[in-house]
Amino acid sequence: MDDDSRREQWLDEAAGPIVRPYAVTRGRTRPRGEKLDLVTILVATGRIASDRLAPEQRRLLTLCRRPCTLADLASELDLPLGVVQVLLGELHHNGLVEVRVPDLPAEQPDRRLLMRVLNDLRAL
Amino acid sequence: MTYAPYDPADGPRVALKILIAGGFGVGKTTMVGSVSEIRPLRTEEVLTDAGIGVDDINGVEAKNTTTVAMDFGRITFPDGIALYLFGTPGQQRFWFMWDELCYGAVGAVVLADTRRLTASFAAIDYFERRKTPFVVAVNCFDGGRRYGMDDIRSALDVDPDVPVILCDVRQRESAKKVLISLVEHAIKVGGP
Repeated sequence: MDDDSRREQWLDEAAGPIVRPYAVTRGRTRPRGEKLDLVTILVATGRIASDRLAPEQRRLLTLCRRPCTLADLASELDLPLGVVQVLLGELHHNGLVEVRVPDLPAEQPDRRLLMRVLNDLRAL
Repeated sequence: MTYAPYDPADGPRVALKILIAGGFGVGKTTMVGSVSEIRPLRTEEVLTDAGIGVDDINGVEAKNTTTVAMDFGRITFPDGIALYLFGTPGQQRFWFMWDELCYGAVGAVVLADTRRLTASFAAIDYFERRKTPFVVAVNCFDGGRRYGMDDIRSALDVDPDVPVILCDVRQRESAKKVLISLVEHAIKVGGP
């Protein structure tokens, strides 16, 4: 077996990531600032990063050119949710991404929004 | 709420969550898949003593976290509202995820199976305690005995105002009806 095929064996999908999650987050285990919700919509601000970014963070910034939710981003990157929360928290803290629609302050979406969803579902 | 014309390339304008809960194998993933585009999501589970005796964790004692795959689906409506359906892992040891999922959610669908109604009790208790609006959707599997609605309702012991509906989540229309009844219920219990 040559070196290349041995390497390919390591990188098959079932093996999962070789790099541990805390390595991707540079040791951070908790997101900075407020925890982002699964359906928080994030969008890149266009500001240039002053620090070196992890490759995963660069990917997140590229994806965030179009507004995306945390759930979408985590799924797209195929990294555990907690890891993506930390990476995004850092981008958010540094002003590279912003929350597009503020988190719903109430425990429940308001009635008008629900009525709208109801009509949307009926028309589906 | 007035919206300007919406361009899908702008991404979702508002994103809302609905939880799909219920015991293992009751059809949560099937339901998410029949009404929306399904996507995988990896989460991390912290293993606690609660798993001992339930799951075979022999040989992994040194490992204190494991990755749990969870599915979610997204329906994007033409007005820019995106509805996210999260199929929640049923076992109690995943409840650390539920609080986060519940926060700000429209509500929950508790999927039940008449062969194993008890499997849905924990979810029902949870949403009752949290005052999260929910409906019980009884998935009618082939071969599952058909019970009368009254029998099911009394076996579930839910409040009279909680909708209990029969469904076949493999059918898109049926799954859609379940979601519609949940949103109607959420509007009703949400007050003015």
